[in-house]
Amino acid sequence: MAAESVTDAADIAATVDAVFAAESARIVSAIVRVTGDWQLAEDSLQDAAVRALRAWPTEGVPRNPGAWLTTVAKNRAIDLLRRSAAERRAVLRIAHEPGAGDSAPAGDVAREEESMFDDRQVKDGRFDDGRVDDRLSLIFTCCHPALSMDARVALTLRTVAGMSVETIARSFVVSEPTMAKRLVRARAKIADAGIPYRVPPRELLHERMTGVLAVLYLLFNAGYSSARPEGLIDTALEAEAVRLTRLLVHLVDADGVVDAAGDRSESVALLALMLLNSSRDRARVDGEGMIVPLDVQDRSRWDHDAIAEAVSLLNGVTSELADRGEPAGRYYLQARIAAQHGVAGSADDTDFAQIARLYGQLAAVMPSPMVELNRAVAVAMADGPEPGLRLVEAIAASGSLDGYYLLPAARADLLQRLGRDEEARGFYARAAALAPTRAERAHLQAKTASLRR
Amino acid sequence: MQYMLLIYTDATAPELPDDDRSIVDWVAEIERRGVTRGGDRLRPPADSTTVRVRDGELSLTDGPYLETKEWIAGYDILECDNLDEAIDIASRHTMARHGAIEIRPIWPLNL
Repeated sequence: MAAESVTDAADIAATVDAVFAAESARIVSAIVRVTGDWQLAEDSLQDAAVRALRAWPTEGVPRNPGAWLTTVAKNRAIDLLRRSAAERRAVLRIAHEPGAGDSAPAGDVAREEESMFDDRQVKDGRFDDGRVDDRLSLIFTCCHPALSMDARVALTLRTVAGMSVETIARSFVVSEPTMAKRLVRARAKIADAGIPYRVPPRELLHERMTGVLAVLYLLFNAGYSSARPEGLIDTALEAEAVRLTRLLVHLVDADGVVDAAGDRSESVALLALMLLNSSRDRARVDGEGMIVPLDVQDRSRWDHDAIAEAVSLLNGVTSELADRGEPAGRYYLQARIAAQHGVAGSADDTDFAQIARLYGQLAAVMPSPMVELNRAVAVAMADGPEPGLRLVEAIAASGSLDGYYLLPAARADLLQRLGRDEEARGFYARAAALAPTRAERAHLQAKTASLRR
Repeated sequence: MQYMLLIYTDATAPELPDDDRSIVDWVAEIERRGVTRGGDRLRPPADSTTVRVRDGELSLTDGPYLETKEWIAGYDILECDNLDEAIDIASRHTMARHGAIEIRPIWPLNL
């Protein structure tokens, strides 16, 4: 055996992970389509990974590792199917023995065997997967609203993205057995409750597409503000969300069916939004691991290629919406806002009047006090602190953001800019008391120190 | 697949007006679609009797097994292609608007 084929175990593991990420959705969707058995798909995939980890260090990584993994997983699935068929056969034979209670008619054994191996299931020992790309069915099923949100997120990462259970568990700060149990439960519910494996019919498409986008955005945000102890940003999870959203856009385009009520534009817009938000990752955290506010970030550290791609995607959506006379969706508007920041050379060069208008539109699509607060801040930047403060006070009076630290923080900031330092002091104190992290608290206390005595 | 719809009351839901006849349409709809395998209203928990046998001894209790604010007011058994169809049918039920409906897959014992 050639010496160069013996590769470092860590390299092999990384290769297996990468191949997994690229191929798992295709493999799982093929096995599920044919057998309807999610656990079988998972077990086959696991076995294939274990075999790769065992074989590749000595035999070398195959020239086409994806095809290798696919073949091994499918053969494994066939093995497991044969084995369970053999078990059923044995059970039926035992049931058929004289004196074994309720005996099955002789024909049942043969029929049972036939149905297990009709050629719809297995062709020449291989699955027939030359047909449609089934990964879209996989995504819709993983994001089915009858599953809990936790289960949807976990299942999407495991089966569509091919992420290891260990990595998913770490990203969501739960133990590996807990995450494994969550996945087993989700697969069991799909089977037991009859959750269909398909791209939903037209009348359900819009609602379900909205659900898929919500799962992907949640997944992205779990990376953007990570709960893990090791850091504020989980860039791997963000990248996974971007990759999945790209895949969704690609599949939707290839499918040609999923095009109801602006669903395509919203998936493209979500991709743009993710690209814009993650483009700031390198500037968003300082050397001490503290969050750096947008206005003082080093913009040369932003990922300007990602910003350019997002802006071009958004321009495409803008003309698509205009052509079709469709209203702007929530992801489109949020992405447009993020793009305004993304293309501004500095905080001062930002077109806050435009941002305020976009927040106004967003509030109409997605009414929320958080959107109102952001709009108030943008209005203050565009038209001065006075009109901004009026909006903030209206939100405070409504009580809908009681207990949320950024409301008194924004109020204090605007009061300070109006020279009303005494009033500002009280709101800074309230904000600091409500702040969720030490970093935020320290930031607010520093602002208090800047007030006139 | 067969599903059982458990029709629940819900004190927080909008009250069902006395003259609401929409259940008639719903029943007509499930009959037209050929999915119904039986169903009906249930008398309130005040009319229920709970049975237990412990150490061979029968004990009866007046009232429900669990005292809850929400109770099962009816049931339907449906034969559907999949959960989406069951959800669609359940969502059209009168009590989806005035209560809540739990969809439970039937788990055949196949004796």
